[in-house]
Amino acid sequence: MKAVELENIFKSYPIKKTSVQVVDDVSFSVDDGELFGLIGPDGAGKTSIFRILTTLLLADKGNAKVLGYDVVKDWKSIRNIIGYMPGRFSLYQDLTVEENLEFFATIFNTTIRENYKLVEDIYKQLEPFKTRRAGKLSGGMKQKLALSCALIHKPKVLFLDEPTTGVDPVSRKEFWEMLKRLKSQGITILVSTPYMDEAKLCDRIALIQNGKILKIDTPQNIMDSFDKNLFAVRSENMFKLLNDLRTFNNTESCFAFGEFHHLTLKDNDINISDLEKYIAQSGHLNATIKIIKPEIEDCFMQLMK
Amino acid sequence: MRTLKFLLRKEFLQIFRNKLILRMIFALPVIQLILLPYAATYEMKNITLSVVDHDHSEYSRKLINKFTSSGYFILTDYSATYNQALDQVENDKADLIVEIPKGFEPDLSRQNETIIFLAANAISGQTAGLAVAYANTIIKDFNNDVRTEWIPQSQLNTIPVIEITNSNWFNPLMNYKDFIVPGVLALLVTLVGFILSSLNIVKEKEIGTIEQINVSPIKKYQFILSKLIPFWILGLVVMTIGFVISFIVYGIYPEGSFWVIYLFAGIYLIALLGFGLLTSIYADTQQQAMFIAYFFMLVFILLGGLFSPTENMPDWARYLTYINPVSYLIEVMRMLVLKGSSFWDLRFHFLVIIGFTIVFNGLAIFNYKKTV
Repeated sequence: MKAVELENIFKSYPIKKTSVQVVDDVSFSVDDGELFGLIGPDGAGKTSIFRILTTLLLADKGNAKVLGYDVVKDWKSIRNIIGYMPGRFSLYQDLTVEENLEFFATIFNTTIRENYKLVEDIYKQLEPFKTRRAGKLSGGMKQKLALSCALIHKPKVLFLDEPTTGVDPVSRKEFWEMLKRLKSQGITILVSTPYMDEAKLCDRIALIQNGKILKIDTPQNIMDSFDKNLFAVRSENMFKLLNDLRTFNNTESCFAFGEFHHLTLKDNDINISDLEKYIAQSGHLNATIKIIKPEIEDCFMQLMK
Repeated sequence: MRTLKFLLRKEFLQIFRNKLILRMIFALPVIQLILLPYAATYEMKNITLSVVDHDHSEYSRKLINKFTSSGYFILTDYSATYNQALDQVENDKADLIVEIPKGFEPDLSRQNETIIFLAANAISGQTAGLAVAYANTIIKDFNNDVRTEWIPQSQLNTIPVIEITNSNWFNPLMNYKDFIVPGVLALLVTLVGFILSSLNIVKEKEIGTIEQINVSPIKKYQFILSKLIPFWILGLVVMTIGFVISFIVYGIYPEGSFWVIYLFAGIYLIALLGFGLLTSIYADTQQQAMFIAYFFMLVFILLGGLFSPTENMPDWARYLTYINPVSYLIEVMRMLVLKGSSFWDLRFHFLVIIGFTIVFNGLAIFNYKKTV
């Protein structure tokens, strides 16, 4: 049995007189014990998919199941076996760390002690602050507390909606290490993120945009399926370079990626020296060109078109 | 049951941690009960009086004395002509003009008849009405004095006179405070039961915690009960504080049974909590909830008979008071505190408030959806 299954899910919201299709024929499934990532920009429909799966939102059309339970018919059973961490910090800010955890344990008819082992790693770091009010925690701490609260009733499937948005890079890294440990304990994790670098940490990912799934595969397969040569180019005048590369008649796409511009060409036979010539002609000094391995983001950009 | 216990514990933790609200809950009855009855009074004192005396006689002086010694009027102006006195009214320096005509004394003694002219500033209708009514009484009184002076003692019995005496039942001294304090108590209970409860639920929505509650196996009734019970208790606590204060400050002790008061207030609070819940369903932010609550509170109070008796209202407004739960509580409070009504006397009020409870809570539960 699959942990999560979606079949042709549609969801639209009315905006004024028209409606916006936020989830457009989405189907995918997540295996038991898998760490599955929904990767996409803001407004891609990630949160709506999460809310449909956590029984908070009804889909317009289609079927969805969590551990074999239908999200419409068996919503009561689903609520007992899932953990959900919304994108926005939504714990009681006026209760302390300990009180929050205790509260969420009791509403699921369990106690902190019963499942302490599961949250131990995470909660240990929070323990020095356990009498502090949740509203006064730092961003990373809040996320750890939210994760602890979502885990305290030992859910079989964990839904994490953009858990690392607004969290510093160190805490983000720690957070993903925690997810790996949870996965090793057999918990199925469905996580969404707008950060492409986090995609590689998932077992499988679904790239999603405008409510549509672009591709579902392992991160490695997605990167391997990139069929073009990818060039990283830099020079002293990066802005002019971007414009020049985009007007180059052989350019398929060119995007700014940190210190380099990533460039794909229509014709895969063109080699570096041809490119160098063009760049030199455009009057760029100290230009560097190299062929690089594509990242998830490059694949996403290519699929987006 | 266990879940409900924990939910309630969490609510009380949050309430007791919200220091501002907590202080307000205790400061509100104290301040309202001490300030409002003194400030809002129907008795008109300090009506400013302008006298135009064309007669300058013994009698006119006596009449003016009677005005000033009544305690209701302050003689602020002595004008020579009516037009001058009118200027005083225009400048807001006088509320009432008494014009005593030339030949007041001779006319009165010779022709047994004379005329006094009263003119009131009717910008505030209530002030004008009361000022004229007081003035009438004073003049009538003056008239009686004059008659007793003239008619020899022996003849007094032969003239038939109807003398009117009255007594004010349930509030013998017409003490305005006795009238307003039970109303303010009703207001306090409403404030806690309605506004605080609706804000509390909306807060969960605003912060997003309701999402977490909704994905948990908590049942609808458990969540609603955990929200209503704390404010039900708080409402009764505030009412108790109110009774203690009104006893200490005004010596007001309910004539009726405390059991009936608490029973009625208890049912009333359930109705109002249901209304608060209904409000919170339609509001997404505390700001919206506050505004809705403010709107209803204002209507409830104005049409509740707290300051102006509902009997004085035009028909359409009086029909509106029938669907105003606050007017029932104010009435019941007065009946219990001043009159000492029994449960049986209030059976109609009990039935109506139970009706409100069923309607408000029914609507609230019907509209409350667990899937947001």
